[in-house]
Amino acid sequence: MNRSYPSHNAISVEALSKAYRLGRRDQMPDTLVAALRSAAMRPLRNLRRLRHLDTSQVTNRGEETLWALRDVSFDVRPGEVLGIVGRNGAGKSTLLKLLAQITEPTSGEAEIRGRVSSLLEVGTGFHPELTGRDNIYMNGTILGMTKREIDRKFDEIVEFSGVEKFLDTPIKRYSSGMQVRLAFSVAANLDPEILIIDEVLAVGDAEFQRRCLGKMNDVATSGRTILFVSHSMSAIRQLCSTGLLLDQGRVAARGRVDEVIEKYMSDLFAMTTRVGDERLQLTLTATIDDASGGGVWNLGSVLSIRVLVETEAPIVGPAVDLQLHSEHGRIAAAQSDRFVHSSAMQESDRWEFEFRITNTGIASGYVTIDAGFRFNCSTRYLGHWRSLAAVPIGPIPATFASGKRCPIALPCHVEIGELAA
Amino acid sequence: MSTLDSLQRREVTHAPPVVRIRRRTAWRLIDVGELYRFRDLFRFLVIREIKVRYAQTAIGVGWAILQPLFSMLVFTVVFGRLARVDSDGVPYAIFSFVAVVPWMYFANALQDGVNSLIANANMIRKVYFPRMMMPLSAVVARLVDFAVAFSLLAVLLAYYGVVPNAGALMIPVLVVMMVTTAAGTALWLTAFAVQYRDVKHAMTFVIQILMYAAPVVYPASLVPEAYQTLYAINPMVGVIEGMRAGLLGTRDMPWQMLAIGATTSLMLATSGILYFRAKERRFADVA
Repeated sequence: MNRSYPSHNAISVEALSKAYRLGRRDQMPDTLVAALRSAAMRPLRNLRRLRHLDTSQVTNRGEETLWALRDVSFDVRPGEVLGIVGRNGAGKSTLLKLLAQITEPTSGEAEIRGRVSSLLEVGTGFHPELTGRDNIYMNGTILGMTKREIDRKFDEIVEFSGVEKFLDTPIKRYSSGMQVRLAFSVAANLDPEILIIDEVLAVGDAEFQRRCLGKMNDVATSGRTILFVSHSMSAIRQLCSTGLLLDQGRVAARGRVDEVIEKYMSDLFAMTTRVGDERLQLTLTATIDDASGGGVWNLGSVLSIRVLVETEAPIVGPAVDLQLHSEHGRIAAAQSDRFVHSSAMQESDRWEFEFRITNTGIASGYVTIDAGFRFNCSTRYLGHWRSLAAVPIGPIPATFASGKRCPIALPCHVEIGELAA
Repeated sequence: MSTLDSLQRREVTHAPPVVRIRRRTAWRLIDVGELYRFRDLFRFLVIREIKVRYAQTAIGVGWAILQPLFSMLVFTVVFGRLARVDSDGVPYAIFSFVAVVPWMYFANALQDGVNSLIANANMIRKVYFPRMMMPLSAVVARLVDFAVAFSLLAVLLAYYGVVPNAGALMIPVLVVMMVTTAAGTALWLTAFAVQYRDVKHAMTFVIQILMYAAPVVYPASLVPEAYQTLYAINPMVGVIEGMRAGLLGTRDMPWQMLAIGATTSLMLATSGILYFRAKERRFADVA
């Protein structure tokens, strides 16, 4: 794409697209024996399949192709801090992976000018057997630092992580919190011109998260170009000046961060969402029982969250967990049907869960709803989706006690007595 | 403040690097500039590989001695004593150990190289670096074991009173050939193993079979004259026989074998790089 002016943009993305082939599992041999067998038995079909895997010649067999990203174009100026928002499956992660060179686009192109580091995970390359010191060097070089740079920043990294005393201990003896702190400290001391960050702030304890946000803020105001993906609107609002909204792989909005967030939120308040793949689909519908509330979840009224789960094969004993987050990204409520609902022993491929929650005092402009799906007997999620829906919350009376950023408000009666001197 | 300084300094010294992201052609050779930029990462991958390997074992470096030593003992008993395989006039123990040392390197390097990408699939999905560094670092890391085993070989030579001849000067060349062969084969098989899970399981078995296609437990002189050229296509044949020629003096330096072996070795490495580069684009999607 030749422009009339030499690109002064830090990042320019032109019609970037990424397609994934949707094939049924049994059509894609992943063992050599299966590949050989299918090669031997069906040479023609196999040739077609090979061509099939190659996404360059995507034809109009549209029903087999999932466009994770389609014709995405945007520019980022040097020093711009861009927040990328969108629902699950909107293409945010795919976009980051393309820009981080982890996968290749199907078509289109992007140009990045400047030294770039991408942070899709903290602690990539950490090995439990290695000492904290070794892991700092390992992780640092993976993120694109040279040994000399790490040498120079070593003290700063160690100090920020607060693990000085355990530097020469294998990190398998660290607590998980310490590991995360060490990992983030390396990442926080990266010094690229362009930084691509996936949702990495959702780790660590609240205190450490606050420090991370502060550190990120320093980075954001130091003239670095940053691309930041998050489900936390408060983090996006705090760090970013501009925003990009993706919807089903396309750019739905681009501009000032509050405008983009507003568009995204109005999308989210459309209270029904369907996510998943061919094996597992989850539909979440939130309704407020109190019709007079005007779509707002007022104090004392009931929110019904219906979750419909459809699986490819019939299953036994499914479980759905919900988490409600405040606008500041704090957890406000969580519920699991685990203890409530244990008698469903028959097989089915369609399950419906209904949660009815009474608002007894949530202090937040809105809550976002996450849902996780797993088996009753396990704590490992087979699918976990963030911000499936958002619900606006009504005001709470002044008689309720609530603190700054605290999502829970409880009725509180305050009495003031004047004591005689 | 320091970050700002370094930013400005960088801007003065050179223009910012430009990364172009688009669909690439399948057939590419190595990008030397890129490999150079990531040289520190390569170094730490090698160090990690070595440290982790020994950190997890009770006797650490001892394995690098025990593994070839025990193989040699078994071979000496089975092939030397029981089967009475010819050993070109030197004690069978030293005859086989000279071969076991490079062979063990080859087998282990191959195994580690192939496992490296699968074991680090998460890294591939989360961060970009030249993918080739993963199997290559495993292949290079095994040189530590090789060096340890080679020192043991020197001790054994002294014990048996064998004095190396001028052919020993070829050893650095033989080592380069051995590493090139291991790297080329590892690149081929790694690219395969990422796509097909059973390659990993077949490896142990195939390596075992391959050992008999190299003169590890028997001398190359047992192979009929007519097949010598065909036999030498396996680069490890030249490497092992070259070691025997230089260290034990059991034969003349097998120049012809070495020439043939070096050719296959280079072909393996070049084609391995090409194939790996063609497949690496999809690793993150498949792994």
